[in-house]
Amino acid sequence: MAKLKDLVMEPEHLSPGHRLCPGCGVPAFMRLALHMAGKNNVVVCGATGCLEVSSTIFPYTAWNCSFIHNAFENAAATMSGVETAYRALSKRGKVKAPYKFLAFGGDGGTYDIGLQSLSGAMERGHNMVYVCYDNEAYQNTGNQRSSSTPMGSNTTTTPVGKNSYGRKGFRKDLTGILIAHHIPYVAQATVDNWKDMMRKFERAFEVEGPAFINVLAPCVPGWKYDEKLTIEISRLAAKTCFWPAFEVDNGKWKLNYKPKEKLPVEEFLKPQGRFRHLFRPENRHVIDMLQAEVDERWADIVARCETSPS
Amino acid sequence: MPELLALTGNDAVAYAMKQINPDVVAAYPITPQTSLMQKFADYVADGEVDTELVLVESEHSAMSATLGSQAAGARSMTATSACGLALMWEILGITSAYRLPVVMPVVNRALSGPINIQGDHSDTMGARDCGWIQIFSENAQEAYENTLQAIRIAEHPDVLTPIMVTLDGFIISHGLETVKVYDDAPVKKFLRDYQARYTLLDPSKPLTLGALDFSDYYFEHKVSQLQGMLKSPQVILDVGKEFYKTFDGDCCYGFYEAHEMKDAEMAVIVLGSTAGATRMVVDDLRSRGVAAGMIKIRSYRPFPYDEIARELANVKAVAVLDRSIAYGADGGPVHGDVRAALYGKHPVPVMSNYIYGLGGKPIDMEHIMGVFDDLKESIVKGHPKRRVGYINLKEGNTPSLVG
Ligand SMILES: Cc1ncc(C[n+]2csc(CCOP(=O)(O)OP(=O)(O)O)c2C)c(N)n1
Repeated sequence: MAKLKDLVMEPEHLSPGHRLCPGCGVPAFMRLALHMAGKNNVVVCGATGCLEVSSTIFPYTAWNCSFIHNAFENAAATMSGVETAYRALSKRGKVKAPYKFLAFGGDGGTYDIGLQSLSGAMERGHNMVYVCYDNEAYQNTGNQRSSSTPMGSNTTTTPVGKNSYGRKGFRKDLTGILIAHHIPYVAQATVDNWKDMMRKFERAFEVEGPAFINVLAPCVPGWKYDEKLTIEISRLAAKTCFWPAFEVDNGKWKLNYKPKEKLPVEEFLKPQGRFRHLFRPENRHVIDMLQAEVDERWADIVARCETSPS
Repeated sequence: MPELLALTGNDAVAYAMKQINPDVVAAYPITPQTSLMQKFADYVADGEVDTELVLVESEHSAMSATLGSQAAGARSMTATSACGLALMWEILGITSAYRLPVVMPVVNRALSGPINIQGDHSDTMGARDCGWIQIFSENAQEAYENTLQAIRIAEHPDVLTPIMVTLDGFIISHGLETVKVYDDAPVKKFLRDYQARYTLLDPSKPLTLGALDFSDYYFEHKVSQLQGMLKSPQVILDVGKEFYKTFDGDCCYGFYEAHEMKDAEMAVIVLGSTAGATRMVVDDLRSRGVAAGMIKIRSYRPFPYDEIARELANVKAVAVLDRSIAYGADGGPVHGDVRAALYGKHPVPVMSNYIYGLGGKPIDMEHIMGVFDDLKESIVKGHPKRRVGYINLKEGNTPSLVG
């Protein structure tokens, strides 16, 4: 794998000057991710959302590679067309350069409104990488709840009130849904672990067929924390096992990070304003439920990785 | 040599697509379009085309994938009907805004609800303002020829606007007709090779497509998009003329067909397959010395306002036949356009509007004869017998019935 110090000398596909918030976890990992396409040309397709609107305000664009935005729910379908065109035009000798394809969406554009389009594109086997930057709510429109929003989160559509402790119920297991598609490569990653991130995108671009990576992307205004804490909060998501870093490579499960000491989920919740109310005594049961959910999912992933044939 | 084949409308369009051999086609089933794509899938399976066929999971994705592939420089097509077109609606406007010359056959079918699979024009009328050119076909022959011409019109550098080629569900799509198909070589030459000016797949010129416009650019971009539509009439005529010259065809190649309009006192304006029955009624009336005429509109968007007004300059009474309802408007959508065409012209004919054929309700020559009877009466009275009539409705369902 290429070394980070070499990569920083390479031309960037996503350039500075975009209008994402200071401290946003998304551009940091996206730049790295695109480096992993190596010497190939890249086409990026973005679903409507923070990264898309902040990187392409006409007449400017932060993309040095080709970039297409179509709508909110169809990044995967749109990219399936681009990728098919690439195959068709290569076959007919009209395109000669090598290309890789990366589509992205936020959790709203992926877990919710874009799920069908994503499922279809993955099932059809298009040679593309789809990355979900999961900031756990519709952030571009102001922190509304999505099906990725964790239990208890204070969002603008699940506000905390006399009769509400925030979002009820548990998040959807999107990564699990993608694993059930039996595509060549599925992974989860956190933005603090750049080495793991690089390796995953390198692998995702390398496999023949679809790859899906779900990246937990802390959001300063939505999660309400000090902007210098993005990496720290991401690390806490890994250390508490709230967001396990693992991969399923051609059916083989592998745990990529196991904390020496698994921290209680409170450690991840504490620095974030969206969970502040959970620390009131009457909401203790919500933290307990969250902890039980985290434990159950972690145990399941660990068990699958341990029993996966090598 | 052209060949005469027994083809349904869907087969005729699929035959055109075989000759086009697009780089990419996205397909999703919906009645009555389904057999069109099934036929095309046969061509793929038999190696008669080397198109990449993408079998998407919805029409929303069909249009999205078609947009993506056209943006990547591939000649791309899809086809649909009714609910499928409605599901595409969001992406229709994005495709036209990105100036992508996609050609899409639409097999007209009634929009739900209630769910109904038969032909009317409510689907394409609902997509009327999405920035697509809309070309209507009277029969399988026209559906075949319009599909071929649409490629050239859409891809013309002055136009770069997507096109819907419509054919009436079942009546054309499933009716078996004798269709004259032209030889592959001249068709291929007529179609030309497609070379997009901007594509996502040019390594020397990376492209950002679909940027966010604020109020400082959005309006300007929409007006710039409009230029393609405004320049399309000349291209529609030029391509039609070239097609006619190349293939010696006998379809309608302009914006509309004027049948017996020269000295007509009364006229019916119609779109699609109903033009066939209307023409026969006109011929029957003419044989009895009645000065009847018909205008069949081929290019509904862009709409030939000035030309229609000119055709109607000496007509005393006109009836517009609409195969859809425009709720809350003054009659159907075509009626509104014809009225707009006549604004400021003197003298104007007495005008009436007839809604017909919704959800596949039959319309036959007797009904159309009834419309001409009404027009006759209107001329005598100097005002329309009916402002808006409904053809062939069961008794008791509406205040004013015809036929
Ligand atoms: C069909 C459709 N519905 C709703 C919207 C409004 N919308 C635009 S961006 C957005 C939120 C996106 O949320 P997410 O996918 O989580 O990405 P993020 O904003 O967090 O980056 C919404 C609701 C839209 N553009 N299109």
